[in-house]
Amino acid sequence: MTTHSHDHDHSHDAIEALDTSNSDTALVADALRLMLIEKGIFSALDIQNQLELMETRSDRNGASMIARAWLDPAYKQAMLKNGTQAALDQGFDTKGTPLVVLENTEDVHNVIVCTLCSCYPVTLLGPSPEWYKSTAYRGRVVRDPRSVLAEFGTEISNAREVRVHDSTADMRYMIMPKRPKGTEVMSEADLAAMITRNGLIGVAEL
Amino acid sequence: MSEALFNVGDRVLVRDLQAEEGVQGHVRAPVYCRGLIGKVERICGVFGQPESLAYGGDGAPKQPLYRVRFSMSDVWSDYAGEAADHIDIEVYQHWLRAA
Amino acid sequence: MSNERGYHDVGGQDFGPVPIVEGEYQLWERRVDAMMRMLSSPGVGLMKFDELRRGIETLGEDAYAAEPYYGKWARSLCKILIEKGVLTQDELDQKISNLRSERGLAE
Repeated sequence: MTTHSHDHDHSHDAIEALDTSNSDTALVADALRLMLIEKGIFSALDIQNQLELMETRSDRNGASMIARAWLDPAYKQAMLKNGTQAALDQGFDTKGTPLVVLENTEDVHNVIVCTLCSCYPVTLLGPSPEWYKSTAYRGRVVRDPRSVLAEFGTEISNAREVRVHDSTADMRYMIMPKRPKGTEVMSEADLAAMITRNGLIGVAEL
Repeated sequence: MSEALFNVGDRVLVRDLQAEEGVQGHVRAPVYCRGLIGKVERICGVFGQPESLAYGGDGAPKQPLYRVRFSMSDVWSDYAGEAADHIDIEVYQHWLRAA
Repeated sequence: MSNERGYHDVGGQDFGPVPIVEGEYQLWERRVDAMMRMLSSPGVGLMKFDELRRGIETLGEDAYAAEPYYGKWARSLCKILIEKGVLTQDELDQKISNLRSERGLAE
């Protein structure tokens, strides 16, 4: 798209698009699926199995990895070196999409995006939210990340670097949020419960 | 497979293969980073070329893939954030030259 | 400089404030995801994600703006699979027409 110019509210556009089920497209999608089943490309059961697999992909997977890393320095270092293997060690197979885990520190705050489409570590975070796929997020987080973070209520001090990661090729990214102070006696499960999906993307600090 | 040409820390320039060589179709170097100089942050491995894979090709010759770090103020002349801010982008070797 | 910029290549462009909506997918949309996973699985090997993306990038700017996320996937899948000869446009059109009747929808 060329430079966007119009005079109505962008956020209202997005809400309309979500509420309007595009029945023409739904028909096309269903027709395609049914035809492929008829042709024996896959079965209805295959589709059902994939839907069930989808249910197992959620941000609780990523949160469990981070909580373990907070408690286990060796696992943390291994994760920062090889995210794919660290995911496998925790029982999550990213199936040929390599994972890079990026550590938030006192000095650096990381945030991820895919400007070209909407690549995302689905196995560890579940399906991406609609806003992550929006042209508004994809366009501006690489241009003015601090103001985009502010829209999510996240202010990064000017003493810290903001580092954006554009998932342009084969890597997929997940953020390791900073462990909050005062959590020294918390269990791994309680730590994991504190970690949010938005923290794993980097639009929130936790 | 193409041999790896760059090491961590090397300065590299992102080429514009669409302008230079008339490459058409599915490319993964966003327009905003073309012509920019950054530093190799890590070597990610070797992967098939998207220009080929997108049209049923085998992606050969596979290319080393690099994460390249750019200073935000190099990317945007009127960058509103901090001087220390950076952006890391994955770029295939055939889109890079030494700088 | 480069040729005309792809409409999907939006890094740096300003589309206003981020519409912070979580989104929820209907069954047909989740089934599109499932379909692409099956098609790209090693056992089936009929689609690559690179092909899906290329299909989306060539749907046209209007379709890109108007179609919901999985609508873009569905349109792209049709385009690429027809290109590969897995099905024909005529077959697809016939199936769509049949579905409309079955579901009691207007033509």
